[in-house]
Amino acid sequence: MRLTLLLLIALLFQTVTLVQSANSADEIVSFDDPVQREMYYALLKEYRCLKCQNQNLSDSNASLAGDLRREIRDQILAGKNQTDIDDYLVARYGEFVLYRPRFGGKTAVLWIAPFALLVLALGAMVMIIRRHRRPQSDDTPGGEPVAAVQHIDERLEKARRLLKD
Amino acid sequence: MIPELGQFALILALCTAVVLAVVPLAGTITGHTGWMAMARPAAGAQAFFVSLAYACLTWSFVTHDFSVLYVANTSNTSLPLIYRLSGVWGGHEGSILFWCFISALWTAAVAVFSRSLPQVLLARVLSVLGFVSIGFLLFVLWTSNPFERLFPVPIDGASLNPLLQDPGMAIHPPMLYLGYVGFSVAFAFAVAALIGGQLDSATLRWMRPWTNIAWMFLTVGISLGSWWAYNELGWGGWWFWDPVENASFMPWLVGTALIHSLAASEKRGVFKAWTVLLAVLAFSLSLLGTFLVRSGVLTSVHSFAADPTRGLYILLFLGVVVGGSLLLYAVRAHKLTSTASFELVSRESALLLNNILLVVASAAVLLGTLYPLFVDALGYGKMSVGEQYFNAVFVPLMLPILLIVGLGAMLNWKRDKLSGRAVPLAVLGVASIVLAALLATQLLSFKMSAVASLSLAIWVTASTVYGIVHRLRNKRKRLSAVLHTPAAFWGMSIAHVGLAVFTVGVALTSIYTEEQTVRMELNDDHSVGGYTFTFTHLDEVRGANFDAIEARFAVSRGNAELGDISAQKRFYDVRQDTMTEAGIDAGLTRDLFIALGEPLDGGSAWSVRIQTKPFIRWIWLGTLFMAAGGLLAALDRRYRKVGVPSTTSDRTARPAVRSDKNGQGSSASIPVTTRVSVPGGQTGL
Amino acid sequence: MNLLLKLLPLALFVALAGFLAKGLTLDPAELPSPLIDKPAPAFSVARLPRTPEHSGAQDFNSNELAGQVWVLNVWASWCGPCVQEHPYLVRLAQQRSVPLVGLNYKDQPADAQQWLARLGDPFTHLLDDRRGDVGLDWGVYGVPETFVIDHEGRVRYKHVGPVDEAALLEKLIPIIDELQNEAG
Repeated sequence: MRLTLLLLIALLFQTVTLVQSANSADEIVSFDDPVQREMYYALLKEYRCLKCQNQNLSDSNASLAGDLRREIRDQILAGKNQTDIDDYLVARYGEFVLYRPRFGGKTAVLWIAPFALLVLALGAMVMIIRRHRRPQSDDTPGGEPVAAVQHIDERLEKARRLLKD
Repeated sequence: MIPELGQFALILALCTAVVLAVVPLAGTITGHTGWMAMARPAAGAQAFFVSLAYACLTWSFVTHDFSVLYVANTSNTSLPLIYRLSGVWGGHEGSILFWCFISALWTAAVAVFSRSLPQVLLARVLSVLGFVSIGFLLFVLWTSNPFERLFPVPIDGASLNPLLQDPGMAIHPPMLYLGYVGFSVAFAFAVAALIGGQLDSATLRWMRPWTNIAWMFLTVGISLGSWWAYNELGWGGWWFWDPVENASFMPWLVGTALIHSLAASEKRGVFKAWTVLLAVLAFSLSLLGTFLVRSGVLTSVHSFAADPTRGLYILLFLGVVVGGSLLLYAVRAHKLTSTASFELVSRESALLLNNILLVVASAAVLLGTLYPLFVDALGYGKMSVGEQYFNAVFVPLMLPILLIVGLGAMLNWKRDKLSGRAVPLAVLGVASIVLAALLATQLLSFKMSAVASLSLAIWVTASTVYGIVHRLRNKRKRLSAVLHTPAAFWGMSIAHVGLAVFTVGVALTSIYTEEQTVRMELNDDHSVGGYTFTFTHLDEVRGANFDAIEARFAVSRGNAELGDISAQKRFYDVRQDTMTEAGIDAGLTRDLFIALGEPLDGGSAWSVRIQTKPFIRWIWLGTLFMAAGGLLAALDRRYRKVGVPSTTSDRTARPAVRSDKNGQGSSASIPVTTRVSVPGGQTGL
Repeated sequence: MNLLLKLLPLALFVALAGFLAKGLTLDPAELPSPLIDKPAPAFSVARLPRTPEHSGAQDFNSNELAGQVWVLNVWASWCGPCVQEHPYLVRLAQQRSVPLVGLNYKDQPADAQQWLARLGDPFTHLLDDRRGDVGLDWGVYGVPETFVIDHEGRVRYKHVGPVDEAALLEKLIPIIDELQNEAG
């Protein structure tokens, strides 16, 4: 049983192609400072694993992700903040590595458009409601004279009453 | 033999689809009733042939026919039967055939359950559905034929991706496709309405249950996808805003707007043009989703193997269907004017606001999903848009919806006053906040974000319950009143409460999840989120088609022993994939989640990722309520009594007479092609 | 005005379709290097002895190659595509006089030595990046990758993935020639 277990673990090494011996303990980080620990776990979700099909550093098993996690840990322990680490990674891998697009010329539309759209849509809504309010004048924008509609309403009311009896 | 039969059946299906698309539509132009009458039999024939083709492919899977290339790529002799059956839709070619199958079934269903629809309308609707069918059948036959043979025949197949060998994953595509394709029915009606230049309340009443059911399936499908990701992928998350996830979410958002807009259009004759546009958009987004997932244009863990040729075909198809219908909309929508009026404080306004928020949210998701593509196409390089963007944009858009959900459901149509209800509502509002603060502090810990989200969820529930109480308030015989209240009302209430439950799950999990990745050896223990986990056993186990290393952990909280959790690292025989099978201790108030990372120090220790996830089950519970609500609403008796079939011409001027409970007046659709409905006499819903 | 508004959804869709069509010609997985036209990251790293007997050589420093056009190839013995690309690197070394620096990435020296003994050694300098630190500085995310650096120390070209015939003849060699001409 022990032998098969070791064989399975060997198989795991083979399929995952990790070089473990050098980095065995580095994967597992322990921070004394809870603030640093929070920052570490938060940052892992901010960066993209470049080898993967859309995963962040927190979830990825790729060896490059492990290297980057190690690097981020070192930088946090050295007192760097998120901007420093962002810049470090972007200098090497480009903006692609950031899951949170930095606000700038390229991304202004991205960040602003949804709210601009909301404002526009709310404005349209106000106009639509205005158009649908029963106006006091004879001309209804809908194209139907108010009087005619009221006339039909009355006849329907009459019909209803007749049906009820 | 059987695969060739399947291929032949597909060709015949395509022929019938052509007949279905062309002949009835031609009949509406020439006035030839015989041609229009071809619609139903053509729909039936199409369903027969596509079902036959699908059955042939299923047969090839079940009988291990590895001479079929698709079966060889997707199946294996050691694959359990259930996954051979679900493997039919596990790869690209089969899943497109599956789409054709579902589409043919929906089309046939429309043909069967439409005795009361005017012939011209039905002919147009079925023709449109036929066109859509042609597109997909042609796609299968031309670029994605699942019946291609493979010589020499391999002894065994490549097997199904182990990630797909899970019951949740097996049923997730059928549910999704039933939803996507279901929206094609609303789409067909919208196009038929645009062609005919009218959309009357009888037609709208016919459309509502179908759209509700499609929406229900899509809700279930997306929920299953999230459920599967949580249970099978080993990262403990339930939504990543991945492009493929977004591709299914966008039609859902627009579909939700659609079912609400249908209500207003049917009851009051307003927003008809909007309803039509939403129907077109919902189905367009479904098609767009198909494109995104199969074309390789976006990177995703979920996408099928990318093929730009297929992408080009779908894009062209998209261009014809979406472009054509949007052009038709631009030119014909003016015919669908509404004449009814409503005030600022009315259910119509609330629904309008609700729909605007949903559509803007969908647009935001679309923008975020495609933005990297836009930037790259313009030559500005590569960038990523991750969950940070989507959460930042989507959540603020959803908050107002939560505010108005309960409120809108109790407002009267056309004109209402809040003054009479201002005090009870204010009381409910304050009570929600107080209760939220109490619950947060008692159950977890005080955090403003949690209190805010919980307040909203409690508010939705409270206002929904208030609406129910208000509706039943003057009834002497409560039980009889309950039974006489339309199913649609209960469905709506349940769905809205489902939204509240969902919000609780999302908020509390996001805010209070605790996680740590630690190195553990046998007999080590570690504490996360108030629970202690002790590594007790390490074994190897053998599954149906995999070997695994299993780690067992004993869980305790304080002094109480809570049982064991087992987490596995699996090695599948055939594909040599490695999979992480997380150990999950499920609970209504929290999940405990353990995933094995990598072996360390030559295997004497493991990296273990431990998470505590409060109230995460409420997420899927909430979606379950929403789906149940949708189904209940669709089964409302009133939809089945759509009216007397027309024996004379279509243009009979018999207005629909319905008054709602508070005597707000009736709605008349002019011009008129309506049926006299059998009114329930209740507040219009 | 109303017609214009009603045409808006169609107009938006047409724009979207245009982008999607362009998207079909792009590869979302291809990542351009942010180092292009920027100074190459300086580094100092241990050399990898070509045979177990040849150890003890001095560390390599990248400023040794200042003033020259040079090529950096990131490779490993555990990397399948590296086997396919290696003959083309050997050809490059034969056909052009350009320093070829082989960065052995996250590998074991013994495996690397055996691999080179089997497949040939075109490298002017052979370096041991066991932890991948140098690779990290150069933005390496997959193996193999090949960089061309000009005489002023700027990265001018990056090739991701194995070098094949086309890449060698149509990209690498012409760029090397051009840069060496620039150097005068």
